[in-house]
Amino acid sequence: MTRGRIRAKLRRSQLYTFACLRPHVNETEGSVQGCPRVIYCNQPHMHKKRPLKYCTNYISTTKYNFFSYFPKALFEQFNRVANIYFLIAALLSVTPLSPFSPVSMLLPLAIVVGVSMAKEALEDWRRFMQDKEVNARKVSVHVGNGVFSYKPWEKIQVGDIVKVEKDQFFPADLLFLSSSYEDGICYVETMNLDGETNLKVKRAMEATSPLNEDEAFKEFTGTVKCENPNPSLYTFVGNIEYDRELYAIDPSQILLRDSKLRNTAHVYGSVIFTGHDSKVMQNATTSPSKRSGIEKKMDKIIFILFAILVLISLISSIGFAVKINYQTPQWWYLKPKETDVYFNPGKPLVPGLAHLVTALILYGYLIPISLYVSIEIVKFLQAIFINQDISMYDDESGIPAQARTSNLNEELGQVDTILSDKTGTLTCNQMDFLKCSVAGTAYGVSPSEVELAAAKQMAIDLEEQNRESANAKHKNSGSEIELETVITSNDGNDFKRRIKGFNFEDSRLMDGNWLKEPNVDTLLLFFRILAICHTAIPELNEETGNLTYEAESPDEGAFLVAAREFGFEFYRRTQSSVFIRERYPSKGQPVEREFKILNLLDFTSKRKRMSVIVRDEDGQILLLCKGADSIIFDRLSKNGRMYEEATTKLLNEYGEAGLRTLALAYKQLDESEYSAWNSEFQKAKSSIGADREATLEHVSDMMEKDLILVGATAVEDKLQKGVPQCIDKLAQAGLKIWVLTGDKMETAINIGFACSLLRQGMKQICITALNSDSVGKAAKEAVKDNILMQITNASQMIKLERDPHAAYALIIEGKTLAYALEDDMKHHFLGLAVECASVICCRVSPKQKALVTRLVKEGTGKTTLAIGDGANDVGMIQEADIGIGISGVEGMQAVMASDFSIAQFRFLERLLVVHGHWCYKRIAQMVIIKDFPT
Amino acid sequence: MICFVVFYQFTQQNLPACKPVLTPSWIVTTFLLMGVIFIPIGLVTLRTSHSVIEIVERYDTECIPEKFRGNKVSYIKDSTILKNCSLYLKVPKHMKAPIYIYYQLDNYYQNHRRYVKSRNDQQLLHGLKYNDTSSCQPEDSNNGLPIVPCGLIAWSLFNDTFKFIRESSELVVNRKNIAWKSDRNHKFGKQVYPFNFQNGTFIGGGSLDPSVPLSDQEDLIVWMRTAALPSFRKMYGRIEEDLDADDVIAVHLMNNYNTYSFGGKKKLVLSTSSWLGGKNDFLGVAYVFVGSSSIIISLVFMLLHVKNPRPYGETAYLSWNR
Repeated sequence: MTRGRIRAKLRRSQLYTFACLRPHVNETEGSVQGCPRVIYCNQPHMHKKRPLKYCTNYISTTKYNFFSYFPKALFEQFNRVANIYFLIAALLSVTPLSPFSPVSMLLPLAIVVGVSMAKEALEDWRRFMQDKEVNARKVSVHVGNGVFSYKPWEKIQVGDIVKVEKDQFFPADLLFLSSSYEDGICYVETMNLDGETNLKVKRAMEATSPLNEDEAFKEFTGTVKCENPNPSLYTFVGNIEYDRELYAIDPSQILLRDSKLRNTAHVYGSVIFTGHDSKVMQNATTSPSKRSGIEKKMDKIIFILFAILVLISLISSIGFAVKINYQTPQWWYLKPKETDVYFNPGKPLVPGLAHLVTALILYGYLIPISLYVSIEIVKFLQAIFINQDISMYDDESGIPAQARTSNLNEELGQVDTILSDKTGTLTCNQMDFLKCSVAGTAYGVSPSEVELAAAKQMAIDLEEQNRESANAKHKNSGSEIELETVITSNDGNDFKRRIKGFNFEDSRLMDGNWLKEPNVDTLLLFFRILAICHTAIPELNEETGNLTYEAESPDEGAFLVAAREFGFEFYRRTQSSVFIRERYPSKGQPVEREFKILNLLDFTSKRKRMSVIVRDEDGQILLLCKGADSIIFDRLSKNGRMYEEATTKLLNEYGEAGLRTLALAYKQLDESEYSAWNSEFQKAKSSIGADREATLEHVSDMMEKDLILVGATAVEDKLQKGVPQCIDKLAQAGLKIWVLTGDKMETAINIGFACSLLRQGMKQICITALNSDSVGKAAKEAVKDNILMQITNASQMIKLERDPHAAYALIIEGKTLAYALEDDMKHHFLGLAVECASVICCRVSPKQKALVTRLVKEGTGKTTLAIGDGANDVGMIQEADIGIGISGVEGMQAVMASDFSIAQFRFLERLLVVHGHWCYKRIAQMVIIKDFPT
Repeated sequence: MICFVVFYQFTQQNLPACKPVLTPSWIVTTFLLMGVIFIPIGLVTLRTSHSVIEIVERYDTECIPEKFRGNKVSYIKDSTILKNCSLYLKVPKHMKAPIYIYYQLDNYYQNHRRYVKSRNDQQLLHGLKYNDTSSCQPEDSNNGLPIVPCGLIAWSLFNDTFKFIRESSELVVNRKNIAWKSDRNHKFGKQVYPFNFQNGTFIGGGSLDPSVPLSDQEDLIVWMRTAALPSFRKMYGRIEEDLDADDVIAVHLMNNYNTYSFGGKKKLVLSTSSWLGGKNDFLGVAYVFVGSSSIIISLVFMLLHVKNPRPYGETAYLSWNR
């Protein structure tokens, strides 16, 4: 209860300078055109009849319904050339022309078609049950007179006011009206949309944010005019007329279906897009039926066989007609004078044609229908083998691998390009504080996974060398021992108590030993920056009594946990202050300190840094800053560069080890200096107009300079078990791996290093768009030209490369990708991408993932495999030749859409290299053996 | 328990398995072995085939009297003329009993679809109890009554007869058990008697004795097993005495069957048998051919391997390493 009250008092929006505080600009102009959709908020009855009747919130992802199942599924089946042929043959075999009984034709066909159709029906049934579950979820809806009651999702209409509670999914695309926080902000997790796990802040309009009680909606009405349903997740055009005033709506006021409300007790929203109109459903691609390469090849062979068959039949029927005409009149034993349709010596044409049909059926065995039956059976058994494989069974979650369709077993062995998601697939989405450098000294001895993998690889190499030459043994023994210690130290680590988010190990800093270090002051500052410079809220876990932190990003959480472990526990945040409990071993009782937060300049992807300005208990004003190393280094004062050289060296080392690095810096401020700046800042903050953000940024820039470097942190984005090894093996097998992620570019590059996708010495080609905020057509053209130039330059560079071992990595960002995927550019882009050993695409939307997959699939004509775990990967999983879902994590959408599901990324190796190989070989051999008799 | 372990090993696909790798030496040895085994078999088979003694005599032209040679068809169609004829066969070597007698027809298409289909197995087994004879067209009924046995095949029954005389004593020809036993027992009814057979205006081949059930009409049963090729032999009977070398055998035959209108040939065949059946060189030749070609292949491979050896499991030859 108390916690709730503290929360409610916090005006969170004051924490945020850029993302949230937005002046209410009344943009009245240009609102009507392009906004054909009209919504009467809180008046759902207006939407009962046309033209305002929009689609219901009932969703259906099934391929068939009760009535369309038979025709549609049959059509699917007879899309196969072979099935059509067999159908015609079976139909003909019912006529008297047939040389044998029709059952021998009809029965196998019925079995083949029947089994496949039953399989389709079962899969569709599963989808239907999933839809049913989603449609039946309950949400609280305003029913009138300020009363809210629970209704299933499917009953929600456009114009309804819904109240969504903490940790619930939004049932439709909502216009955010108000939240349990007074100032109308809320946090959402958009994992299902873009795979990002950090929380995003949404902010309601100032005008509606006071409506934060059920009662308030008794009288509320509003009219929204907005764009038509579209798949773009990050844009929204529209306005709302409320209280006879017109307000513009921007994308931060839209709560999207399938994202989750976090850290907020409840929000109120007005339904704008329902069901299939919602952005996430617009992003959904229909699941196509996939067919394996062997099957396609078999279709081709059957065409050839069919041609041969027709030829043979033609020759034989011509021969027949000739014989009938010239010879049979003398064959008295045929009674040639008593003619019928099939035998008429005088008129050989009709019997000849009849014979053609007969011959087609008779020689029809040239086309092996039994092969299809056998293939179905063999594939079914292979799927059982995959399901049963104990090496692909995950002990922790108890989930085995699962072949959800058996059509594609052998295709697994033919994969050329793997397109992988990052979060949840390669990484566990858990950050561990691993190392730090303070005052140029490196702390933290536990090795990162990349280092471990490298050490192991080296150890193996050495062993081989030793085996080869016994002489070399004594030379290498020194380094070998060293390596062993590295490995054993890690093994010992497992026995220690594990703290989530903290994997740091160095006796120099732990347990208060840092007081004995030479740079005590810097260390103190370092820890304080960790504990103060953030936007998280502490929450008391009632069961254990420990504090957990609800942070926007997992990095921040890791910092706070680290600070706590070092003895600087952040335990309370109020409107204006941060409270920290400092523990010194010399004093028994922890010291509680209060830091007054004067300003907070928050993190944006553009600024790549955040700062807080605090006043400590002694009244001293400090600016604490953390940010990307390059940014921080640019802003150091002359006397703040003491540790720059050493830190840079360490930062490079950390980067090589696949760690995410941030630099920390501070600066002391005079009272007068601060107040001068603050008045300017407040002025900028309250200014109105388009350039407000630019001014704010400018003012912040003025403050964040002449910093003094304190140190740097290195956080490990925890990879899943066995990922680097698996990727390495797959790369050795000649597979290409692309990573498509919704994350930031820096993160993506770090992970690239961590999972040995990027290596030192690899040349990185980054393709970025010019700053493309301008909307004009000319500006767009310019951006496009620029990207095209970058692409051609890079291709040129690769062509001119002399060194045969040079490897290139292509890194491209979502916005740029949008241009690169346009029709006229995509082939240039693909050409470049194919030349590169690894490709990383960052900040991509689900739709772009699917588009990239399609580009690779169609552009190279090779087999692609997509692997992912979340709803944002569904498009790509469906688009690829083979889709693999990671099961066991939350949300089953990816698994439902996939062809195979595995519990861990590392099982991919066995699935592809062992099962894919075997299945392909066995199917191929079986086809050859079965084809031999015919 | 052991069963469970085996099942587990099966599902994990690690049952012990033998996967022969085709190394050059393996292939050379296999081919060599094949040649070494096949050639002797072929030689033995050839020898056996050669030990079979066969007398083949074409008689269709000689059995037409000189004056009718110009118009054979009208001669054979003239039912008033008695068409007996004599042949003299000289036995080249001692022939051991049993000596099989065949008649051979050439250019006779028993495999024509219209012909093959024109029969009714149900009727052959059940006789008049089975009325639907539509499959026998165009020889299904006559004067509104069904024909037993119906169909073109039965209607065109071969009806030449042969008598064999050695030194004025007639050789006994056993004409029993010349048809398949299963045909006699299960396909042709014991209670089915010919009815309304060869009563039409256009008489085809031979007629049947209406007092003998179909299952005993072995000539018909043999004839009804239609031949797959236009040139075929069918069993006529067996001589169960040895024939000595240089014996002269007089054959008295009735040349009734019309092959003249379509230019077919008729031959009489006397043949002994061996464990391989009749005289047939094909099997032996095939064995010898396959055996000798395997040896040649193995020699070629051996030479290639010696001249151009390639290390086993060399990854440099893989397509993506080239």
